[in-house]
Amino acid sequence: MKSGLSASITPSSIQMKRKKQWSKLIPYLFVAPWIIGFVVFTLGPLLFSFVISFFDWPIVGEKKFIGFSNYITMFTDDPMFWHSLWVTVKFALFFVPLNIILALLLAILLNQKVKGSSLFRTFFYVPSVISGVALAMIWGSVFDGEYGILNYLLSLIGIEGPNWLNSTSWALVAMVIASLWGQGTLMLIFLAGLKNIPQDLYEAAEIDGAGKIFQFFKITVPLLSPTILFNLIMTIIGAFQQLTLALVLTGGGPLQSTYFYAMYVYENAFKYFKMGYSSANAWIMFLIVLALTLLVFKSSSTWVYYENEVKNDK
Amino acid sequence: MKGKKRLQKSFVYGLLIALSLLFLLPFFWMVMTSLKGPEELAQYPPKLFPSEWHFENFAKAWNSQPFNVFLVNSLIVTALTTIGQIISSTLVAYGFARFKFKGRDVLFIILLATMMIPWDVTMIPQYMEFNLFGWINTLKALIIPSWFGSAFYIFLLRQFIMSIPKELDEAARIDGANVFQIYYKIYLPLVWPVIVLIAVFNILGSWNDYLGPLIFLNDQSKYTLTLGLAQFKGVHDVNTNGIMAVTFLISIVPLVLFFLAQKKIVEGVQTTGLK
Repeated sequence: MKSGLSASITPSSIQMKRKKQWSKLIPYLFVAPWIIGFVVFTLGPLLFSFVISFFDWPIVGEKKFIGFSNYITMFTDDPMFWHSLWVTVKFALFFVPLNIILALLLAILLNQKVKGSSLFRTFFYVPSVISGVALAMIWGSVFDGEYGILNYLLSLIGIEGPNWLNSTSWALVAMVIASLWGQGTLMLIFLAGLKNIPQDLYEAAEIDGAGKIFQFFKITVPLLSPTILFNLIMTIIGAFQQLTLALVLTGGGPLQSTYFYAMYVYENAFKYFKMGYSSANAWIMFLIVLALTLLVFKSSSTWVYYENEVKNDK
Repeated sequence: MKGKKRLQKSFVYGLLIALSLLFLLPFFWMVMTSLKGPEELAQYPPKLFPSEWHFENFAKAWNSQPFNVFLVNSLIVTALTTIGQIISSTLVAYGFARFKFKGRDVLFIILLATMMIPWDVTMIPQYMEFNLFGWINTLKALIIPSWFGSAFYIFLLRQFIMSIPKELDEAARIDGANVFQIYYKIYLPLVWPVIVLIAVFNILGSWNDYLGPLIFLNDQSKYTLTLGLAQFKGVHDVNTNGIMAVTFLISIVPLVLFFLAQKKIVEGVQTTGLK
C-alpha cells in the first residue's frame, strides 16, 4: 500500500505511522459529504417516517402512539385509499405498456437509415425537457372541450372528442396522453440499445429468408430485453409517483377520477395535516412499488436474454 | 428490389414527419395562443395563427405577477444547486473510484439503492426536519441538500473515473502530489465532460422542479418560476393567452439549454441507460 510520502522524508517512525493513519482516513473524507447527506436527508427521514407512521401525528397538537392503527384504518376504513390506489393502477396499466411501445417504435423509426434522423430525434425528445407545470399548462389548453385543438383535429376525421378534463371517464386518458408526450428519455435509451445490436445478425437473417417481423421478434426483442426490463421498471416506478400532473392539470378531478395515490399521500400530509397517517400511506406505496419491481425482476429470468450468460456456458 | 426499398424509405419518412407534427403541435399551439388576443380563445373552428400578433401579451402577463422575483429565486436555486452538486459529487465519486477502504462496496450498493426510494417516503419527514432546522419557507431547503452529492451523479462520475488509467495517479504521486492535488489538478479537468453533463441535467431538473418548491416554500416572495406559473393559472384562469405566454417564457431556458447541449444530453442518457 502506498503511503503519501512528501519530498522531504522524515526520519521519525512515529510521524510515518501518523501519516499512514491519516491516509487511511482520506477516502472517508472524500466520501463524507454523501455519507452525511445520506444519513441526514435520506436514512434519517426514512426511519423517522417509519416511526411516525405508528403515531397519530398532527402537525400541531398532541402526538399519540397508536400502533398499527393507521395501517388498519387505511385498509378497512378509508375508501380514498383504495380509490386512489385503483386510479394509480389504472393509469399504470395503460401508461406503462403504451409508453414502452411508443418509445420503442420511435427508437426503431429513428434507427432506420434515413437522412436527418437526428432532427426528428430532437422533435421527439424536446417535450421531455420542459417543466411538468409547463406541460400541464400546454395540455390544459389542448384538451379544452370546446376550443381545444385536439378535439378540433378529431372532428376533422369525424370523431367527436369528449370534454376531456371535465369528464370522469376521459380525464385519466388525458393524463396518459399528456404523459406519453414526455417519453423522450425512454426513447433515447431504446435507441442506444438498438444501436448496440450488431447489424450482421439482421443481414444473416435476411439471407436466410427471414422477414422483417420475424427479425423483430427473434432478434431485436431478445437482444433488447435487458433494456426493456430497465425501462419497464423505471416506468412503473414513475407511474406510481405521478403527482405534478395530477395537481396542476386536473387537481385530482373531476370527482377524484384522477386522484392518484401520490396525491392522496400529499393531501393527507399537507391538506389534512395527518403526518402519521400520510407516512403510513407512503410506506405502503414503497412496499407496493418494491413488490412490483421484484415481481418484474423475477419474471425477467423467463424473458430477458443476457448475452454474457450464454457466452459463459462455453 | 430498388422500388421496394424506396417505398420503405418514403413510408418511414412519412411516419417520421407525421409523428413529428404530432409532437410539435402542442408547442406550436402554445406559442400561437400566447400571441393571440383574448377574443380568439373562444373561436371555433380554432385558427392556428393569430389574426393580430399581440406581442405585448408577454410583457403584460409577466408584469401582472411578481415574476421577476420568481426568476431571481429560480436562478439562485438552480445556480447554487448545480455548483453544489458538481463539487460534492466529484469529491465523493473520486473517493469511491480511486480508493480501497473498508465498507466501500457496501456503501456503494446503498448509494445505488437510494436511487429507487420514492420521494414520498422521505418528503414528509424531510419537511418536518427542515422545519426544525428553520429551512422551511427559505431557499435553503432546496439548495443545501444538493451540496451532499446525488446518487445518480456520483454513479456517473465514478464509472467515468474508473475508466481513467491509474498510472496518472502514480506519476503524480512520484512528483510529490498529495491526493487532493491529484483530485484537483488531474481528475477535475479529465472528468470535465461528465461535469458538463451533470450541470445540464441539474439545471434542467432544478429549473423545472415544482414539488420541491410547492412543499417547502410558503411565501410568494420565495416562489420559483414553476410555482409562480401554477399560481398564475390559479389567479388568471381564463387568461389563456397570458398562461401560454408565461409558459413559453419559462420554457425558454430548458429549450435553449437543450438545443445547445443536445448531443451531450443524448450521449449521457444513453450511457446511463445501458449501464
